[in-house]
Amino acid sequence: MSAETTSTLAGVSQEPGAAKPDPILVADDVTRRFGGMTAVDVGHLEVQRGAITALIGPNGAGKTTLFNLLTGFDQPNSGRWTFEGRQLAGVPAAKVSRAGMVRTFQLTKALSRMTVMENMRLGASDQPGERLLQALVPPLWKPREREITAKAEELLERFKLLEKKDDFAGSLSGGQRKLLEMARALMSDPTMVMLDEPMAGVNPALTQSLLGHIQGLRDGGTTVLFVEHDMHMVRHISDWVAVMAEGRLVAEGPPGGVMANPAVVDAYLGAHHDTDLGDDSLLSDEVAEQLEAEAEAEAEARSHGQAEGPQTDEGDR
Amino acid sequence: MDWTRILSNVAGELIAPTTAAYALAAIGLNVHFGLTGLLNFGQAGFMLLGAYGFAISTIAGWPLWAAVLVAIGCSVVFALVLGIPTLKLRGDYLAIVTIAAAEIVRIVGRSTALTNLTGASSGLRGDSYKETFQELSPFDDGTSTIGPFTYANNASNSWWVRIVGWALVLLACLLIWRLLNSPWGRVLKGIREDEDAVRSLGKNVYGYKMQALVLGGVIGSLAGVVYVMPRAVQPDSMGRPMTFWVWTILLLGGAATVFGPVLGSMLFWAALMLIKTVGRELIPSTVMRAEQIEQFGWIVVGVTLMLLVIFRPQGILGDKKELAINVR
Repeated sequence: MSAETTSTLAGVSQEPGAAKPDPILVADDVTRRFGGMTAVDVGHLEVQRGAITALIGPNGAGKTTLFNLLTGFDQPNSGRWTFEGRQLAGVPAAKVSRAGMVRTFQLTKALSRMTVMENMRLGASDQPGERLLQALVPPLWKPREREITAKAEELLERFKLLEKKDDFAGSLSGGQRKLLEMARALMSDPTMVMLDEPMAGVNPALTQSLLGHIQGLRDGGTTVLFVEHDMHMVRHISDWVAVMAEGRLVAEGPPGGVMANPAVVDAYLGAHHDTDLGDDSLLSDEVAEQLEAEAEAEAEARSHGQAEGPQTDEGDR
Repeated sequence: MDWTRILSNVAGELIAPTTAAYALAAIGLNVHFGLTGLLNFGQAGFMLLGAYGFAISTIAGWPLWAAVLVAIGCSVVFALVLGIPTLKLRGDYLAIVTIAAAEIVRIVGRSTALTNLTGASSGLRGDSYKETFQELSPFDDGTSTIGPFTYANNASNSWWVRIVGWALVLLACLLIWRLLNSPWGRVLKGIREDEDAVRSLGKNVYGYKMQALVLGGVIGSLAGVVYVMPRAVQPDSMGRPMTFWVWTILLLGGAATVFGPVLGSMLFWAALMLIKTVGRELIPSTVMRAEQIEQFGWIVVGVTLMLLVIFRPQGILGDKKELAINVR
């Protein structure tokens, strides 16, 4: 948690819908009903610019639905929201993305039958060759393509996927796909990234590096909003936590304090009152190192397995 | 058994105008299915519209270039009409709508109400619309022989039709090769894999799908024009079977490849000819009559398609690695 963002958020009142000093995203009266069921009913929500905000809540709380609404993948029954002062309600998903708010998905959407590099290139914006007629004249898009490729290599390096760049994305492990999806989302230099359960199905070592990447994003000035179940992660990296239950925003606050909020304990923890949700000792340096070592060994074993895999494959071709 | 005659018949199929027309139609379908993942089951409809557009405007006295533009225009309008309501929905809807729309084109074309325009079910006679095209030929009338092939220079089933047909195929291949390796083609492939992912990256998926549908349809309409050059415009010969043969050709050669549709078309028609001619020689008429052998050829085609999809879904030129990946 960076000291700077913590201090800017220090004066914010710890109640649902609290006003932030510099909100990048402001949503009002957003509702979404599926038949008789109200999946989302959020009165007011502000997301602080340049901070990592976690959106938590029990299963079926409407977190992903709210995500889909905000990013244009679903249409609300009512509501309006602005992103950097711009009305985004009813705007199609592609335009939301071009406005600078890029999302990832809970079920990773790596484009399996394209290479890692092609996946990355697809994330870039302003490629004139993506227009049909310009595509026919390579000199019009080759220079931009080189810029994109250089940037993609830089990001892949950062996410430790560079040696996989010519592999099909479908051959990556689940965690690597999560990394690829996040790296791909960064190709267009978004002002805000929306991560839908970035840690789901990721092994412990990759979790550590994913956490590092998310914090790195924040430190680079990008706003992060993420949905997560894993409370360790939430406590460890978020600057602010918003809690949803049954479609409503029930609590907000800094990660340390919000867990103690009776509304959260009531709505979110329910029967699991005694479960230790935020055990920081698990993230002590010792444990982290041990986890990393284990995962490195695992990754090495896997890369050996993969090196052999394609060769046997070659035989019957 | 006269093997030289059989083999020259089979080889003749390799360069026949029909083979070129089917190759072109499969290239168009490749833009839909191979690149973008659109399930178009109405390619014959695009071809028939192209043929009608060309023939009717030529009969009305329009010059060749204008008639070709009309053929292209018909397919653009057809693609827009099909795409606007369906491209926002799931892929299966496009399949249903295209197969129905192609049938509508055929049934409207053969209806007696339009006898003056389309000639109803008897169609439009070939010599009523071929003149402008044949006049453009630089060759003198007569016949030429190259190797085992002897054809007229300018008549219906001529060298001129073959040259233009295959030149169009070559141009279309060049176009697909260029687009397949461009950022535009990359977006289409992304859409084929996962629309929502591409949408989340800021691309207007609907617009890209529409462009692909129109482009593939235009190539299909040109295929229709080439197809009717050595024959007449017969609505009933351009129905559902034609669409499925185009699909067979595409899957045989390999979807999402540049030369797959061309190779597929050549193999398809050559193999069919081989089965028919050998069948006529070998099978006594007490077992199968000539027209039954014709039917038998198509049965073999159907079985081949089934075997192909089961055992080699990537086609002859496709990348097995690309298909072997489990799409999750």
